[in-house]
Amino acid sequence: MQITVDMNLCESHGQCVFAAPEVFSFDDEDYLVYDAAPSDALLDKAEKAAAVCPARAITVTPAPSTTDDTTAAR
Amino acid sequence: MSTSLTPPRSIVIVGASLAGLRTAEALRTAGFAGSLTIVGDEPYLPYDRPPLSKDVLTAQDPAQFTALPLPDGLDARWQLGRPAVRLDPRARTVTLADGTRLPYDAVVIATGSTARTWPARRPPLPRGVFTLRGWQDAVALRAELAPGRKLAVIGAGFLGGEVAAAARARGLDVTLIESAAQPLERAVGTVAGGFVATMHREAGIDLRTHTTVSGFLATDDGRITGVRLSDHSELPVDAAVLALGAVPATGWLADSGLALEGGVHCDAYLRALLPDGTAVPGVVAAGDVTRVPHPLAGGAPVTLGHWTNAVEQAASAAHTLLHPDEPEPFSGIPSFWSDLHGARIRSVGLPGLADEARIAEHELVGERRLEVSYHKEGHLIGALTIGRTRRLAAYQRELQALGGAASPLAS
Ligand SMILES: Cc1cc2nc3c(=O)[nH]c(=O)nc-3n(C[C@H](O)[C@H](O)[C@H](O)COP(=O)(O)OP(=O)(O)OC[C@H]3O[C@@H](n4cnc5c(N)ncnc54)[C@H](O)[C@@H]3O)c2cc1C
Ligand code: SF4
Repeated sequence: MQITVDMNLCESHGQCVFAAPEVFSFDDEDYLVYDAAPSDALLDKAEKAAAVCPARAITVTPAPSTTDDTTAAR
Repeated sequence: MSTSLTPPRSIVIVGASLAGLRTAEALRTAGFAGSLTIVGDEPYLPYDRPPLSKDVLTAQDPAQFTALPLPDGLDARWQLGRPAVRLDPRARTVTLADGTRLPYDAVVIATGSTARTWPARRPPLPRGVFTLRGWQDAVALRAELAPGRKLAVIGAGFLGGEVAAAARARGLDVTLIESAAQPLERAVGTVAGGFVATMHREAGIDLRTHTTVSGFLATDDGRITGVRLSDHSELPVDAAVLALGAVPATGWLADSGLALEGGVHCDAYLRALLPDGTAVPGVVAAGDVTRVPHPLAGGAPVTLGHWTNAVEQAASAAHTLLHPDEPEPFSGIPSFWSDLHGARIRSVGLPGLADEARIAEHELVGERRLEVSYHKEGHLIGALTIGRTRRLAAYQRELQALGGAASPLAS
């Protein structure tokens, strides 16, 4: 899966960090850092993060279904 | 008639804002294909409220900040500008102000809250006294914010603090009036409250604590000229904002038979309750209007006026409607944000219930930084940071572990 965060929109609310700490975190200056291509096993959590982002800054693009292999991703 | 354990075919959502929209979205995402009607008393499609006390008051172009995009495939019938006036849970109908009756299999109560106003038994308010809850309120208040004017903000909670900060940033003379010893004292305690007090004062806001407003002064034709304070002094102002907190919008439910004290009483699955504690078939609630037992409060009911809470409860309420035989208890860890004088205030948990606050970092000069954890009977119950959002995730995880370990709340 692909993740993009529009850093012009992000207000460091941190909701995504609560929802999917494997993908999102903050650096020392409270700027968001994230894994742009996390394992597909984290899709549910990433989508939850996108849904709870008050700034609607997160876009999650699931991997194309032909290469979708969740067992391997785990 | 369908029993309570059959998923509904027609759903009416009352309240066309964050909780209502997100419930609708969750229902459709989960495959609900029946009819969906969304009733709202405001004439607008859902919009976002947090910017109303922030960018909407300060920015050049306020409208862009409140967008709340509608997802594709919502396929909802919008009934906007049409207040609901009655819920009859036995007949399963919602009645609108013009007498229209909407039958439902299930209804979602998502009417949020309204701004607490001046006690009705007092003399009527002069013109130039504002409250802030909706877009129209924000537009009216914004029009008053001209540099050099004098504004009194009554109540130094999060909303009052943000309005005061916005007005100050626009160049007004701002007096912020608070009855307690510190702003936000009941919500986050004296240390964080004192920190915020310093931020207000350094921004040039005249913060008066231990002070209440006893009345308003006005011209003959009813325009505010000042406020009278509890120390008997009079403060000349051009406008005033009442920021006295919020009241759940349950008036339209008065004869529904639901338990409404302090909000729509719900069980842990967001099912609305009768006063005897039994769930009402086909009625759920979400968002600011609810009063829901929370594991962090030891199962005691809490009412939360937080954006994230509305979003998370919406998901739970939708789940309860579509899976009546296997609902999941709501246990989202409360989290809240506020932006003040350029600093980011973030909190998790229920700091207001703490009996002890532990300060991990307190830095007022230069870069403002605060980290406080809140405890009750020795257990973590919340945390707050200013300029230290990074530290919050660990507290949130700990709270989640504590909440998840709590015993089931309702059956
Ligand atoms: C100025 C302001 C700033 C805020 N800032 C923050 C913040 O920084 N951080 C944060 O976490 N939260 C903040 N909040 C709180 C957040 O906006 C709310 O938690 C959220 O809006 C709750 O959504 P809701 O859908 O439950 O209620 P609401 O957004 O209040 O929506 C309820 C809707 O129902 C409508 N309604 C009411 N009665 C009826 C009726 N009888 N018939 C039909 N419709 C009806 C109302 O008009 C409204 O449109 C702020 C709120 C305000 C007002
Ligand atoms: S939830 Fe949204 S705004 Fe907040 S840190 Fe994550 S991406 Fe940024």
